[in-house]
Amino acid sequence: MAKMVQQLALPAARVKSRPLEIVSRFWSWLFLLLLLLFFSLTGPGFFSFLNLQSIANDMALALLMSLGQTFVIIAAGIDLSTGFTMGFAAVIEAVVLNALVGRLPLGLGLALPLSILIALGVGTLPGLVNGILIGRLRVPPFIATLGMYGIARGLGFIFSGGGQPVSVQIPGVGDIGNGYLLYYHPAVGFSWLHAPLLPPGARPRDLISILPFPLIVAIVAFLLCYWLLSRTRFGRHTYALGGAPEAARRAGIPVARQTLKLYMLSAFLASVAGVLYVLRFTNGDANAGDPLLLDSIAAVVIGGASLFGGEGTMVGTLIGTLIIYVIQNGLVIIGIDPYWQFVAIGAVIILAVLMDQAKARVLNR
Amino acid sequence: MLEEKAQLPKAEIEQAGLGSAADARPVLEVRDLVKRFGGLVAVDHVSLVVWPGEVVGLLGDNGAGKSTLIKVISGVYRPDGGQLLFEGQEVSFASPMEARRRGIETIYQDLALCENLDAPANIFLGREPVRRRWGFLKELDDRYMLQETQHVLEQLDIHIPDLRQPIRQLSGGQRQSVAIARAIYWNARLMIMDEPTAALGVAEQQKVLELVRTLRARGVPVILISHNMQDVFAVADRVVVMRRGQKVGERRVAETTTNELVGLMVGAERA
Repeated sequence: MAKMVQQLALPAARVKSRPLEIVSRFWSWLFLLLLLLFFSLTGPGFFSFLNLQSIANDMALALLMSLGQTFVIIAAGIDLSTGFTMGFAAVIEAVVLNALVGRLPLGLGLALPLSILIALGVGTLPGLVNGILIGRLRVPPFIATLGMYGIARGLGFIFSGGGQPVSVQIPGVGDIGNGYLLYYHPAVGFSWLHAPLLPPGARPRDLISILPFPLIVAIVAFLLCYWLLSRTRFGRHTYALGGAPEAARRAGIPVARQTLKLYMLSAFLASVAGVLYVLRFTNGDANAGDPLLLDSIAAVVIGGASLFGGEGTMVGTLIGTLIIYVIQNGLVIIGIDPYWQFVAIGAVIILAVLMDQAKARVLNR
Repeated sequence: MLEEKAQLPKAEIEQAGLGSAADARPVLEVRDLVKRFGGLVAVDHVSLVVWPGEVVGLLGDNGAGKSTLIKVISGVYRPDGGQLLFEGQEVSFASPMEARRRGIETIYQDLALCENLDAPANIFLGREPVRRRWGFLKELDDRYMLQETQHVLEQLDIHIPDLRQPIRQLSGGQRQSVAIARAIYWNARLMIMDEPTAALGVAEQQKVLELVRTLRARGVPVILISHNMQDVFAVADRVVVMRRGQKVGERRVAETTTNELVGLMVGAERA
């Protein structure tokens, strides 16, 4: 018996393909490294702390949306509404903050947390509706979230009163969104949270600002999502749902409730991005997240997730987002017409899907 | 969750295999079961008894009513007449989940495994043990799942070289083994297997049949649906033959022949 069982071990053909498997799994890391190397050699000032930090900060909003998108795509869904949900939440944040400070009037210390709570709560509602439509009423994710794409877009414009971004002219708001955790100036040393007052003669351009606020939020969100996906029952059930929904159901996983949570999480993270947008740019723009939708899907796919569900990781999504933003930043620095970035990113998405297919071919006999 | 861990069926697996012949109570008793679909009587007053540690083959041509009978027993369909007794008690299952909770595990051809997850994840799917990190974060207890999986696979003499790889990368027989191991781990009292060898190579068929024998040795009765007469002769103790919704014969395997069974299946021979 034991001998026969030995023969049931992996056939040699599958073992032989291990190197190919490794290449197809880690090509995105390699690709990112090559990009960094290329732009470092060709773009003056690309490889500097400040530029790399600004890449990271610029991608913070997109990363937040990509994290939610990762959960949804692993569960064999897709969230097309995440971009306009972000814009909708941004409009809500701006309108509510203006109202609380301007009409009530509350101090910023009270108005800001309150408005953020309201914006996050209201911004999660599109996800609630998506989740009910998809989980309970069996509407295909593409259709349900396409509908919500339109609804969130329309509501964003309606609440902003005619399509113009809602300006937030409250002193102090922009300071938070554009603030850093730590500042360093050779003449003053380190100072926390607030830029130091410089003594006469100290050059302002020597000031180094470390860890911008949106980036901190994105890092914390990434760590939480990483943990949630890879270390918890919630994450395990997400993979099960995407891999074999029928098996998940038979195993007693509450499929409809899990689906609901996933789309609410996606909308919540998009709303966090919307709030950050207001704090950084001091206006609530219904269109703010529109260009980020494709970025979020592209990042997840480049990161190795399968649009058929069941595959994907948070680290992959982080790499995918980095690739997109390194290309955008790098092309500007080496002086190429910015429209080429769309071409480059489009090409990378196609490359990613080809890699995914190659991987599937290697893994599935 | 921790309490659940303490009473996991590890002990059951070890104590199983105790004398089966001496047990006087049938595990499953089907009395006069009827299931209709409109005018069609798919199961027509069928009675059937399954004793502990017994492998019962269920034979019949396509459309003979085997699958319908099995689906009534496993809670997919509700019967239109007759009684179902499980471990001496009359039962009525509203869903397959309820039947599973009582210990009736059905292994379908499509396996119901998540191919993108590894063996431990599949065995514990929906019932994952968790441990606390820093007192408040509940994390998957992967080490425990891996250990328990190794343990149950060892008990069943199933060898899978790398338990961390997704099930997709395993052979059909190995996947079938994982499905069986899951049922055993969660304390199956009756195993129903629908064409378990249909999609497998010869060596793997043997392995699965070997598992059926292991189950019998542990006192877990098996109802085996198969088209393959050789399978039935290899592992079954008793055979029930169905034709056009009715039970047309019941034989001890030791006292019958392939010809006789085929005759019953096609209606050439009277019971």
